[in-house]
Amino acid sequence: MSVNAARGTVAVMQVKLLPQNQMLTFSGSMIVSVLLKKLDLLPESVMVIRGSSLLTEEERVQADDEIEIRSVISGGV
Amino acid sequence: MKCTRCRERAELALRSHNAAFCRSCFLIYFQRQVERTIRQDKMFTPDERILVAVSGGKDSLALWDILIEQGYQTEGFYLALGIDTYSSQSQQKAEEFARKRQVNLRVVQLEEEAVPVPLAAQFTRRMPCAACGTMKRHFFDQAAHDGGFQVLATGHNLDDEAARLLGNVMYWQTEYLARQQAVLEPSHPKFVRKVRPLYRLSELETAAYAFFRNIDYIIEECPNSAGATQLFYKDILNRIDAKMPGSKRNFVQKFMRSAQSLFVMPEDGPPRECEKCGMPSYAPVCSFCNLVSEVERKHEHAQSTSKLKAKSSKQADRAEQPHLGEAH
Repeated sequence: MSVNAARGTVAVMQVKLLPQNQMLTFSGSMIVSVLLKKLDLLPESVMVIRGSSLLTEEERVQADDEIEIRSVISGGV
Repeated sequence: MKCTRCRERAELALRSHNAAFCRSCFLIYFQRQVERTIRQDKMFTPDERILVAVSGGKDSLALWDILIEQGYQTEGFYLALGIDTYSSQSQQKAEEFARKRQVNLRVVQLEEEAVPVPLAAQFTRRMPCAACGTMKRHFFDQAAHDGGFQVLATGHNLDDEAARLLGNVMYWQTEYLARQQAVLEPSHPKFVRKVRPLYRLSELETAAYAFFRNIDYIIEECPNSAGATQLFYKDILNRIDAKMPGSKRNFVQKFMRSAQSLFVMPEDGPPRECEKCGMPSYAPVCSFCNLVSEVERKHEHAQSTSKLKAKSSKQADRAEQPHLGEAH
């Protein structure tokens, strides 16, 4: 767990899941593929977004990042 | 991870292609894929008018965007299904897209022209998606014919086709397999050619295109799609593809290339015209008109039954009340 020593606060990664509109928090940095495994999500079924960029599975997300994980699966019948 | 083309930082990895792309190289790749599909499958030419069926979702807006970018003559068609806030929000997305690009969007409200999907599902005990499909087919065909278009384009992607194929194979729906084509030529003068230019591109690819192009699409799912079989098939196919990258693409493309032509449509001759609406139909009355009549009949019956119930309960209430005017 990373600690912001100056402020004495614990940094957490905010993860927003869409379309569920669910907020989750994770501590520590990790690579995207680990994050997806923790959430039981397949890489081909979501876009992992940080700011205005997409992240590949190999990319590392940091403890104080704000991440959006957006499902790409749609359909009915 | 580096971009396979330019070695810059990649934003998207496509395991099925064993490739990764930066934003600008992905947009070039996507554009080329669509161009190649249109050309190889002989979908349409620049002098033909195309009606693009849009839902406000990523696939249909991505399709419309790329066809506009490539200089095709397009107009959009949006069918408002009457599904709570989902329909109003998706209509807003489609209208905003058209306004920004200064292109024409035709809008039809089901509530005004027929019956909204929730009412159709409620009164016919059909799955909402089945009622929705019947309505969409009718209004898309009618709008394309009435507007004098030569082509009707929809945003079905690779995952849609793979899920449809799995469902058709699972039950050996040979008639449906015969119709599962990226280009469906018209079987009646009131039909136009139907095409699916995104059928070789996955949902991840169309979503990434929409994201990179800043297309504001509806992210929320239709509330009626929860538990839909198609979503179950898509999940299974994605799990297979995660173990064997490229298998989903192979499943669809090999079917389209080699197996699809083995399935033949029944020789019913060309369709006639529906006695009620005049659109092509193999039965005297088309499935759309049958659906609307059924809903109207049952809705009317339900209303008269509830009126009768209200009337008889009022009468019962009156009978139970003490007769205040009577002298004892």
